[in-house]
Amino acid sequence: MAGIPHDHYEPKTRGEKWLESRLPILGLLHSTLTIPTPKNLNWMWIWGIVLVFTLLLQIVTGIVLVMHYVPHVDKAFASVEHIMRNVNGGHMIRYFHMNGASLFFVAVYLHIFRGLYYGSYKTPREVTWIIGMLIYILMMGTAFMGYVLPWGQMSFHGTAVITGLFGAVPFIGEGLQTWLLGASAVGQPALNRFFSLHYLLPFVILGLVIVHIWAFHSTGNNNPTGVEVRRTSKEEVEKDTLPFWPYFVIKDLFALAVIMTVFMAIVGFMPNYLGHPDNYIPANPLATPAHIVPEWYFLPFYAILRAFDQDVWLVIAVNWLTFGIVDAKFFGVLAMFGAIVVMALAPWLDTSSVRSGRYRPMFKYWFWLLVVTFIVLMWVGAMPADGIYPYIALIASTYWFAYFLVILPLLGVLEKPEVPPNTIEEDFVSHYHEDDGVAPAATPAE
Amino acid sequence: MTMRFTRSFGPVLALALAAGAANAAGEAPEVTDFHFSFEGPFGSYDRMQLQRGLQVYTEVCAACHGLEYVAFRNLSEPGGPMLPEDQMRAYADEIEVWDPTLFDGEGDFRPATPADHFPRSSLSNAPDLSLMAKARAGFSGPYGTGLNQLFRGMGGPEYIASLLAGYEDEPDCAFDGPPMDGFYNTVFTAGGFPDSCKYEDGTHKVPGSWIAMAPPLWGDDVDFIDGSPTDVESVAQDVAAFLMWTAEPKLNQRKQAGLTGVIFLTILSVLLYLTNKRIWAPVKGKKIA
Repeated sequence: MAGIPHDHYEPKTRGEKWLESRLPILGLLHSTLTIPTPKNLNWMWIWGIVLVFTLLLQIVTGIVLVMHYVPHVDKAFASVEHIMRNVNGGHMIRYFHMNGASLFFVAVYLHIFRGLYYGSYKTPREVTWIIGMLIYILMMGTAFMGYVLPWGQMSFHGTAVITGLFGAVPFIGEGLQTWLLGASAVGQPALNRFFSLHYLLPFVILGLVIVHIWAFHSTGNNNPTGVEVRRTSKEEVEKDTLPFWPYFVIKDLFALAVIMTVFMAIVGFMPNYLGHPDNYIPANPLATPAHIVPEWYFLPFYAILRAFDQDVWLVIAVNWLTFGIVDAKFFGVLAMFGAIVVMALAPWLDTSSVRSGRYRPMFKYWFWLLVVTFIVLMWVGAMPADGIYPYIALIASTYWFAYFLVILPLLGVLEKPEVPPNTIEEDFVSHYHEDDGVAPAATPAE
Repeated sequence: MTMRFTRSFGPVLALALAAGAANAAGEAPEVTDFHFSFEGPFGSYDRMQLQRGLQVYTEVCAACHGLEYVAFRNLSEPGGPMLPEDQMRAYADEIEVWDPTLFDGEGDFRPATPADHFPRSSLSNAPDLSLMAKARAGFSGPYGTGLNQLFRGMGGPEYIASLLAGYEDEPDCAFDGPPMDGFYNTVFTAGGFPDSCKYEDGTHKVPGSWIAMAPPLWGDDVDFIDGSPTDVESVAQDVAAFLMWTAEPKLNQRKQAGLTGVIFLTILSVLLYLTNKRIWAPVKGKKIA
């Protein structure tokens, strides 16, 4: 890959030369696996590998599930039960797939907040960040459509609520909703197209993941100091980095094995705890569940959707200024999507010259408040919209927007950052070699 | 009563949820944390209990309810009641199922074969019971928190057993208003509730609500060959365990797979930890032990 100077692949044997001159795939694999990686990466840099693994896990289990699933309103629920009862190993495959979605979102949220803390989104990695946000949005779409497929009570009524959001768009809303559902209500056309898209989108995600990796292989990884790898000579690069193989492959595999141990325990011992029990009741259009609650990973944004109701003065003002075109419902929809948009715009909203939050004394507090806000939003999203909960949701939602739109731009001006180390080597040496102050050469153990 | 459903994904959030749920729940339903053999990572179904539960289901529940996702052959499969095959065939033979292919396509009843499923519910308002233990796992109605499930291992079977044993005489306040349809049950929360039993702020004076199902168990409803107790609570637990099996017939296999997986992955983690440590030792300037 371009960017950081490193050794290039030289085909040695006849066969390698033959292939490489026709298709430089060996060189591509070699440079991908040996990419110089900052040696000071900490344990928050493992989630990328976990995410790649989870995507493959979901694709493989999903393909097997499709062999037995029937996308028909009268048969979908029974076909899932058929998988659970009659298909060899079907109950495990289905539980892997079901809980795999949760693992996916745990990992992606940690991955995103890692990026937010260490300033991974900042120049020159804006494209990596934007592609990541696209992947995240596609993930949410895919997860939502997958939840529809078992055709239980929550599948059905959740679909009605979520597609109803598009019905809030002024003028074209009703038509848009009908176009999405393929009918005026949730039914067979919706189930069929969600099934089709649920199969398609993961492969789009896979393609974007490859571009995501390509992008940061070109700029190089960020690292906890936010200091760039020195690029003037190969010798300097070798002081700041280690090859991906074996150092980071083994480190990531170790982390992955630990996470898979926990995941296996959840699948084996408590596979239904993260799901909604109502989805074990077949879909019934005539009986609406008393509380329709989305899956846990949607809750923060669901809370933002509900936070801006018609009693909020901002909503009233916008409603008045737009002559009623933007009503409370549409405002909520805009807020929900806006919450992701402002996050995607972080590279241009953050004005600080220092990349990593480690050296930004004021930023740290605001960042951790954002994390707390995210957890509060998740909790309040599961609560009914009465009593004190709407106020909590409103305050938390406001902070979410304020963090990106006000605090990030202002901090760059107001904050006096600490001085980061000059090089990654310096950071690494101060961490591991306090006594001698010299980094030994990177020679793998025999 | 405001019914709520919340879920947790981690202990931190769970604690926050507990605080939120407690102050607004009003009268919480009185679900008893019965002990079941299949709880915990190492738990598995008690075959004899499932057989007793099958007997209770057959003699009591089956009058109105169905089990449309369960086949008779399942009764002999590993991890279930494991009836001997001849008994399972004899059981199926006792039950008539509708076969639309008979009588030149006009359909007729015939004795069931092992491949047939249990009949569906015969009453329109009696729900199918195949998945009830999973559909009611978030009890307090289906809207309760998942906390009991997470921390105490309480779920659908506890709810079902508690509900079956939860019939009581109507509370005095109910007689102050018009007569209620159905039967007072301290565990069922999704039914009708008289205004005369509410405080002014709408919270309930008594737990539960009125359920359409008449009390199915009175004690000594069945005779167990193995001499197990036949009081309401014991019988309710037996049939609740049976319904957990109908909802999750592969529970034993799943926990076995989970345990094997956890052991193997733990070993793999340890090996990778040691590999990682050794690879990084020279870089970090540490001696390899």
